Amino acid sequence: MLRESKIELIAVMALAVIFIVVMPCLNVYTAAGSWMHVSDFTINLYGKYLCYAMLAISVDLLWGYTGLLSLGQALFFALGGYMMGMYLMRMIGNLGQYQEPIPDFLVFLGWSNLPYIWKPFSSFAFAIIMAVLLPGTLAGIFGFLAFRSRIRGVYFSILTQALTYAACLLFFRNSLLMGGNNGFTDFKFILGHNLAESSTQRGLFVCTGVALLLVYLLCKWLTTTKFGKIQRAIRDSENRVLFSGYSTANFKLFVFVLAAVIASLGGVLYVPQVGIINPSEMEPARSLEAVVWVAVGGRGTVVGPIIGAFIVNALKSWATRAYPDLWLLFLGGTFIFVTLFMPRGIVGLPAQLSAFRKKHFLPKSGHAETLSPPSPKETLAKPE
Amino acid sequence: MTAAPIKPEFILMLEEVNKTFEGFKAISNLTFYMDVGELRVVIGPNGAGKSTMLDLITGRTKPDSGKIEFGKDTDLTKLNEPAINRLGIGRKFQTPSVYVDHTIFENIWLSLGDSSHSVWGTLFSRVTPQRRDRIYEILKIIALDGKAETKAGALSHGQKQWLEIGMLLAQNPKLLLVDEPAAGMTDEETHKTGDLLLSLEGKHSIVVIEHDMTFVRQIARKVTVLHQGTVLCEGSVDQVQNDERVKEVYLGRKKKEKLSHE
Repeated sequence: MLRESKIELIAVMALAVIFIVVMPCLNVYTAAGSWMHVSDFTINLYGKYLCYAMLAISVDLLWGYTGLLSLGQALFFALGGYMMGMYLMRMIGNLGQYQEPIPDFLVFLGWSNLPYIWKPFSSFAFAIIMAVLLPGTLAGIFGFLAFRSRIRGVYFSILTQALTYAACLLFFRNSLLMGGNNGFTDFKFILGHNLAESSTQRGLFVCTGVALLLVYLLCKWLTTTKFGKIQRAIRDSENRVLFSGYSTANFKLFVFVLAAVIASLGGVLYVPQVGIINPSEMEPARSLEAVVWVAVGGRGTVVGPIIGAFIVNALKSWATRAYPDLWLLFLGGTFIFVTLFMPRGIVGLPAQLSAFRKKHFLPKSGHAETLSPPSPKETLAKPE
Repeated sequence: MTAAPIKPEFILMLEEVNKTFEGFKAISNLTFYMDVGELRVVIGPNGAGKSTMLDLITGRTKPDSGKIEFGKDTDLTKLNEPAINRLGIGRKFQTPSVYVDHTIFENIWLSLGDSSHSVWGTLFSRVTPQRRDRIYEILKIIALDGKAETKAGALSHGQKQWLEIGMLLAQNPKLLLVDEPAAGMTDEETHKTGDLLLSLEGKHSIVVIEHDMTFVRQIARKVTVLHQGTVLCEGSVDQVQNDERVKEVYLGRKKKEKLSHE
């Protein structure tokens, strides 16, 4: 156990150095033709995966650690993205198609002045604060109501999915002033840096790497605390926790809000790297995909979701080009395969293989602990 | 001025309690008193309302009417499970409920009554030397001190039952509610469980729900028989076993059914 976590920590630190230091350096200092060169495209692609990894961790904090399968994490991811998107839209200034000082879609909708909800988003700090507050508050209110009513299991999953779908439909409406089905795009600047330049994208990539590392360390620390142990105890036997004097609703609420903020942070970093945010990010399929990443990587571990997000998305990048029609079938098939044959995901594979080897290829040890079967006892005859 | 009648030292008091589930009367006019330090065994056929009674005491369900009080005038009907638990009422479930993914040490640690139970408190709570000593003390009582670092999921059924009893002891409850502790145990394990419960008598007040009459004989001082959600009779094991009504409830129902069919 201790050895495993040490190996994990070393591996994560090595990967962190590769992503945060080595890859950006190779991008800058090697020639474009060299085999060592990391292209702008690669930086951008991996930056996207790093954001997805944060979304995956948020799913796992709830599903793998607390036993709450939330199908609403894409909503929080998208909300974070929208908050960042609003700031980026303001930074376009009057460089849009209509050359007006307000975003193009507002001009198109007939606005000549900036609506009041848009005004504070000229400030980067405000956008970031809102990216924490809005998903956090929404998760807080929804979680408070759901956990107080003891909604769990599949009902919780359905409700979170319904919430996400409702938000998706809401964001499709032009009257929300969030760009309708086109969302936000054509971003130009972030904090004065041109988004089209590779140095800006490289900076965002490094920021995302650092953010993911911090989220990883936070979650890792959380699992070692008594809080983290109660989280898993709730997953395994909620009644026992309840009858040990803990208000499990408060614990679940805390995790739900924390997971929402982590997902939102992923969305904040995602939008400037991808260059677009629209309501399709909230479609139910997005949340389901994140669940598959976690299942593939290994739920109930912090490193599993990161691995899952990378591998499944790398597969997706390849498969959507090679076999665009078959991707969803492939995704579903992967989920079924992992659920049936790799319940602990890729992270659990070494342990699974060694158990398999012990069972089939090593001589059986003679003194396995056996329990004698209970013998019949004198009981009051129960009426049948 | 007349002196108020002296109230006896009850740890638990249920008076005229009623509970109906969708038309089914699970508990009807149940009145039940228990003294401080008493070990009481509750028996009764399936569906007599034994587990529902525990649900009512622990706040899992609320009564339709009636009084449920703990100690001196603490009304339990207004409180939820964690609050009732923190008053000092511990409950063991019929099927062993332990944290299978945690070590046995951690199982007891999470159950300790004196440590923090709030979200913020648990983020920074640590195992102090005193807590460690207390945990090992409990592990010794339930004979699992050699397995502190084993995962609870790897224990046998009987050991899981003991671990759960240990988790209750860690809460240091005034009142222990134990639902069928010997279910699925071997004779030897059952006997050990009986000894364990007897050793706790006096230090805690204990309610044990049980079917196994050998086990009941081993531990019982006073037995309460529940039938159709109400107390049928109360007394020593011999008194209860020789009671005509009890015999009828347990053995006679088949005969009656036969007669009514004819």
